Amino acid sequence: MAEQTQAKKYSKPLPHIDEENRPWWEAIQRHELYVQKCRKCGDVRYYPRALCTNCMSSDTQWIKCSGRGKVYTFTTTYQNQAPGFRESIPYIMAYVELDEGVKMLTNLVDCAPEQAKIGMPVEVVYEEVTPAVTLAKFRPAR
Amino acid sequence: MSLSRKTAVAGVFEHPTRFAPDKSLFQIMAESVRGALDDAGLTIRDVNGLCATGIGMSGMGIVGFCDYLNLMPNFVDSTSIGGSSFVAHTAHAAAAIHAGLCDVCVVVYGSTAASSRFAIGTGGGGGGSGDPCDQYEIPFGPTTVGSYAMVAQRHMHDYGTTSEQLAEIAVTMRLHASMNPAAKYRDQITVEDVLASRIISSPLHLLDCCIISDGGGALVITSAERARDLKKKPVYILGTGETVRHAARGQRDFLEIAAAQSGRLAFERAGVAHKDIDMAMIYDSFTITVLSTLENLGFCKRGEGGAFVSGGRLRFDGEFPINTDGGGLSSNHPGMRGIFLVIEATKQLRGECGPRQVRDCKIALAHGTGGTLGTRHSGATLILSNQ
Repeated sequence: MAEQTQAKKYSKPLPHIDEENRPWWEAIQRHELYVQKCRKCGDVRYYPRALCTNCMSSDTQWIKCSGRGKVYTFTTTYQNQAPGFRESIPYIMAYVELDEGVKMLTNLVDCAPEQAKIGMPVEVVYEEVTPAVTLAKFRPAR
Repeated sequence: MSLSRKTAVAGVFEHPTRFAPDKSLFQIMAESVRGALDDAGLTIRDVNGLCATGIGMSGMGIVGFCDYLNLMPNFVDSTSIGGSSFVAHTAHAAAAIHAGLCDVCVVVYGSTAASSRFAIGTGGGGGGSGDPCDQYEIPFGPTTVGSYAMVAQRHMHDYGTTSEQLAEIAVTMRLHASMNPAAKYRDQITVEDVLASRIISSPLHLLDCCIISDGGGALVITSAERARDLKKKPVYILGTGETVRHAARGQRDFLEIAAAQSGRLAFERAGVAHKDIDMAMIYDSFTITVLSTLENLGFCKRGEGGAFVSGGRLRFDGEFPINTDGGGLSSNHPGMRGIFLVIEATKQLRGECGPRQVRDCKIALAHGTGGTLGTRHSGATLILSNQ
């Protein structure tokens, strides 16, 4: 599926990867999902950033996630005029609350719009959209 | 140091245009400034403060607009926090005047969103702002409407709020628009019409979403003392509040929005209670924005918004009138509409609203929401009085 997507030329927006967020995106390419935890105060944060928002410490531990969580909220989009998405409607966007306690925006895949429910257990799937970028999406837990 | 009743809205103007392919952005803004100054009985030579921002302006657009008007003010503010910006500008202007930084400050907004064919709510998923936070969102197709829709979905899940209840908000706004000759959509609608309109981003229908229009507006803010000598009866600024909400490092409660904090600040600073508010202008980018804002401002408890907006309570002749101009859902929404909240609240307090006038209106509240409710957004609250 990934090759097909590339063959068609991937037209959705891609993240800007810089030195601060590169470890996170590289882990996704290895099919590993991480959140950060402050070594000083223990506060867990997502998205990844250089310092703790609670105590401003730079002493950061990367926590490998189980890849499981629950749908916190979602929406099925029927109108988006942006290139790439215009051709993909309807698609489901969701905030998944990871077992590690943070909510992340993602897409629900392998899930019909009428199947999507708040509280539904989901698991991560990795979609290689370009040679440089893999995305963490979620599907109903099996 | 309390700002209460030290400053006033002395002039307002809502540009009558809803579609202006023949006008430039700065022309709409300048015509709005002229209108507000006429309303106040002042001239451009009296203006020494300016607040402006907008979706059609560059980051330094306020300097360009000063160039257009040949203005050299002592105070400028271009705070850009989305549609609520102009409610915040009003507060900043009041503080600046009270601190002696300027004497007469104009707040202005204009946009050709409709004639420039901006897909404001459904054009998302583009490059985003380039800010770090966007990098974790843009690959998944976020839209403005989608962000609000996810708040609605969660509200429905937690509290059993229904699409019918949200639709009542749109129906009431359209009733008000039918009484506003300048409103873009004036034919009344029913709850069934809203439910029958197509889903844009579940659970929000087309008629749960604000319209896209051109438009503009301006306010003249000055000291209470000076305002008393001007053409119109002053509308005093009693209290203000502003803040932002965001993903909170991944730990946000989606049903708590910026209005909770900005509203509390505005009430505390104004020294008035909820029961004192005779009418409110609540930013209605989407129906859920209104419901969530009313809960967070404290007009009803969390989870009770669905019942609160039902039964005609929000009508101009109801128990708690809001958005008597028809709101962004029916009158106008040129990309941002914070300025119109202050304009209509001022007109209501002056008794200038004709058939949609709220009886015995002494204290009004305006609340602007900017950005996307499911993630990064701002809230700005203003409490005004004619006494």
